Amino acid sequence: MYPFGEQRREWAKSLLSSRLKPARSLEPEKKTAFTIPSIIHTANYLIGPDPTLYLPACSGSRSITVRLRNLPIQTAGFLLRCDEQGHGKPAVAMAAFRWGRLIAVCVAMLLFSAPLTLHAQTDCLSCHGDVTMQDASGQNIGVDAPVFHSSVHGGLECSACHTSITAYPHSDRPRAVKCASCHADEAAALLGSVHENASDHPCTSCHGSAHAILPKDNPKSAVYPLNIPATCGKCHGDGAIAKRNHLANVYLPYMDSIHGYAVSQEGLLVAANCESCHGSHHILSHTNPQSSTSKTNIPDTCGKCHAGILTQYMEGVHGQALAGGNLKAPACTDCHTAHEITQPSMALSTPMCGTCHQAQLSTYRDTFHSQVSDLGSYVEVARCSDCHGEHEILPASDPRSPVNPANLVHTCGRCHQNANAGFVKYEPHANPHNRRQSPVLYYIRLFMVLLISGVMTFFLLHTLLWLIRSLVEKTNSASAQGEK
Amino acid sequence: MADQTKTAGVSSLSHHAVAGQDSTLGPTGERYFMRFTLMQRYMHAIMFTTFLGLAATGLTIRFSTNAWAQHFAFAIGGFGAILFVHKLCAVTLTFEFLYHVKDIAVRILFRKEKGLLWGPSSMVPNLQDLKDIIGNFRWFFGLGPKPEIGRYAYWEKFDYWAVFWGMIIIGFSGYVMWFGPFFGRFLPGWALNAVQIVHGEEALLAITFIFSIHFVNSHLRPDNFPMDTTIFTGAMTEDEFKERHGHEYQKLVREGRLEEKLTTRPPTWLVNFSRLVGFTAVFIGLALLVLTVSAYFRE
Repeated sequence: MYPFGEQRREWAKSLLSSRLKPARSLEPEKKTAFTIPSIIHTANYLIGPDPTLYLPACSGSRSITVRLRNLPIQTAGFLLRCDEQGHGKPAVAMAAFRWGRLIAVCVAMLLFSAPLTLHAQTDCLSCHGDVTMQDASGQNIGVDAPVFHSSVHGGLECSACHTSITAYPHSDRPRAVKCASCHADEAAALLGSVHENASDHPCTSCHGSAHAILPKDNPKSAVYPLNIPATCGKCHGDGAIAKRNHLANVYLPYMDSIHGYAVSQEGLLVAANCESCHGSHHILSHTNPQSSTSKTNIPDTCGKCHAGILTQYMEGVHGQALAGGNLKAPACTDCHTAHEITQPSMALSTPMCGTCHQAQLSTYRDTFHSQVSDLGSYVEVARCSDCHGEHEILPASDPRSPVNPANLVHTCGRCHQNANAGFVKYEPHANPHNRRQSPVLYYIRLFMVLLISGVMTFFLLHTLLWLIRSLVEKTNSASAQGEK
Repeated sequence: MADQTKTAGVSSLSHHAVAGQDSTLGPTGERYFMRFTLMQRYMHAIMFTTFLGLAATGLTIRFSTNAWAQHFAFAIGGFGAILFVHKLCAVTLTFEFLYHVKDIAVRILFRKEKGLLWGPSSMVPNLQDLKDIIGNFRWFFGLGPKPEIGRYAYWEKFDYWAVFWGMIIIGFSGYVMWFGPFFGRFLPGWALNAVQIVHGEEALLAITFIFSIHFVNSHLRPDNFPMDTTIFTGAMTEDEFKERHGHEYQKLVREGRLEEKLTTRPPTWLVNFSRLVGFTAVFIGLALLVLTVSAYFRE
């Protein structure tokens, strides 16, 4: 078995918290030495070597932040503008620098004095390439160019997503990006799903930072199979979020399960991650009959991988009953649980069957089999599945059933060597409390109970009276001596 | 009653004056009489030791869903260890039982000890026991004098036969369970279920009886509270003899055979050791009794 417990939980939590950091932090910070004093524009401020020196037109600008930054020379088309309210047109100023090209661009802008048409990423990145760039509300609007270039969307123009921005200068409030304009199938799948509400569950909540989305077969992708548990766990492993949305906190139980272990420790792409059972975009509540995790669909969902077990299960009484529309019949998760994936070899399996088969559990409890399983961690002992089978449970009347009378000598003989026809007449589910079911045992038990109560009543009374009498005698003799 | 005690005290004192500092006598000069032979005491010791072992492990199995049972099983090594101890004690007790049966058979068949089968020294119940029961109940209600009891009181005979038949019933049913496939060849199917009920219920009776009635009647009795150690030391004082088995005492006096029963005072270490053993057994037994009764009524 693999490590359970506190240590593993700590590890799983640490994995989660490392995933919660923005994707960019995973990349080493690019630091370049300052070489050129340059001027950068943010939404409201001019940035550069003290602008008042060379920007008389922008006398109204305030709170000037001075930041010096090195930019690649080919993107050094510096646009200087003051966005102060009241300035009708952008004030374009020139910085007195030594590069002619820079001056030429600025002069051209001064001459045309009109919005610039944006064509390439480079145009946008000349401003937004500053990863620390913030808009008026303090929201980061910087883009890490190298990260973006290597992302799945790295080859696209910015305007492919930011469709409302086609020219410069652009509105401070560009239209929201609609992933659906390209990813229509996924958007359609999201409709009606539990994550339908886009403001609560934007695409980026799973796919990561918008400018750093990687293809899902990239091991660094947030939706790479091995990363999916941590991605979903950002919300579903957060106790507060889970509680607020009335969700079970399933991340840690899953990570402790054999599935979670296979994904996180063994690195198995074929092991079940969240998506394997719940799907990706069209996730429905298990209460929805269409859901892959609805009771009737669970066998098929688990059977996608556990195909052999599915065949056995569908042969057995439970599979037959569920297929016949009996929703009380157990599906896979009723015995194995959905996320912990408990093992039937653990003692838990016995009470689990008893949730439905109460009478049988109660009579099993009276037997030596149950007593051994309660106490022994070192002894093999018959639990429900040892006699009745596991997935392919058949009625005793079925000749294939291990509890069919014809098969009992073999079934019992698996543990009880020398089991014979007489021995297997033992009734493992006899109920001595039920006169009609087991009359002989009922009267034997009744006799024993009457014997115990009769003997104990007589002798308790005898002893009690004896004690009282002895005390009386002692008091009498003491008082008699006292009188003397 | 008070007069009797007083007279006994005086006679003891006078005896003390004669005997001086005889180490075979008690601190106040009382004489000691043999009640149990060394072998009987060993038999009792083996029996109560194995009985405690059987009870502790058997109750753990019987009430296996209780937390105390599971902790106990875990502490001594799981079910395997529990069953091993249970079977070890059972086999030991079986040998003791067989030895006892052999001893009885030899004494009756070869030594012709008729008194073993019938009479004042026999364990077999007789009319006198019925009279003693009635007499005792009359005494309990203050309607008559305390009956003079013979060598074995009726409750002691009950103890004996309860254990005797208990060992046969519990022992046999235990071996049927142990060797189920073997017994399955001769016994009907329901018998395999029945032995489990009989084994458990008869054992419950034995446990509750021994740990409550036997403890109080034979060890924690009010006239010798908190511990009667006769079964451990084998000896009782003359006062105890008269008080508890007056009928036998007087019979021996009449027949002039009282001196045959004389023995020496048990050494101090034996008395202390007996108390230690007795209290330990009583403590374990009472603890098991509490657990049994609480678990039984919670079932």
